[in-house]
Amino acid sequence: MTPLSQYLALGAVVFVIGLFGVLTRRNAIGILISIEIMLGAVILNLVAFSRFVETTTLNGQVFSVFVMTVAAGEAAVGLALILALYKSVRAVFADKFNILKW
Amino acid sequence: MNWSELLSAPLAFKMLALAAVVFAVGAVTLRNVFHCALSLAAMFFALSGVFVLLDADFLAVVQILIYVGAIVVLMIFAVVLTERITSSSVRQANHLVIPGALLCLALLAGLISVIRVSAWPALETGPQQDTIKIIGRQLLSTHVEAFEVASVLLLAALVGSVFLGKEITKK
Repeated sequence: MTPLSQYLALGAVVFVIGLFGVLTRRNAIGILISIEIMLGAVILNLVAFSRFVETTTLNGQVFSVFVMTVAAGEAAVGLALILALYKSVRAVFADKFNILKW
Repeated sequence: MNWSELLSAPLAFKMLALAAVVFAVGAVTLRNVFHCALSLAAMFFALSGVFVLLDADFLAVVQILIYVGAIVVLMIFAVVLTERITSSSVRQANHLVIPGALLCLALLAGLISVIRVSAWPALETGPQQDTIKIIGRQLLSTHVEAFEVASVLLLAALVGSVFLGKEITKK
């Protein structure tokens, strides 16, 4: 069986890749994709901890279900926002979204 | 954690981890956003394989259902409903690539060093069984408030995205 530290290392690597995407992507849909990658890494950590620590209650897996719920709601609202912005700005690039400035 | 331990990890974990990392890099660096969405789907398949290795069979199935079945399809819809962003002349990354990469590498080094020096509990129990039963019981007993709040949150997200998605007419 693989030790816990390797699952945590995989989670750290995937999280950092997602963070890099959030920082460097211009496309707003690309930013949302990167946020989903980060949430995936978080879920991986939760599941790994629920396998190695307090294995009888499975609290980590229950928390992962909630994280997935929030991720689904976030993706729906975020993509609706991007589509609404695209209708008014005709662009999907985050540096073009300046209509909240005066 | 040290590197000899990494070499002795089971082959299945190594391959799934490699696939997850490769597809995650693809999802954040490919130029075509449609390919990014497909790469995201592949990454979630690899991660659900890791969940199976962790005896979380229910979560592996739920991950594929929600992420690959719903979220990635939603992303692809958004990609097709917006514009011709696939042309190679359009820049996809902003000017923060080098500082962002440095910051991410620093964070990764910090995380890995913390993971290496900490004393993690070793695995004592045998394989976990009946995860669906335990998760269902926990959802409706210990975490029942969070369960109800999550349903309200999903309703709010649904109403909000319908409102944002409909045509806003100016008077």
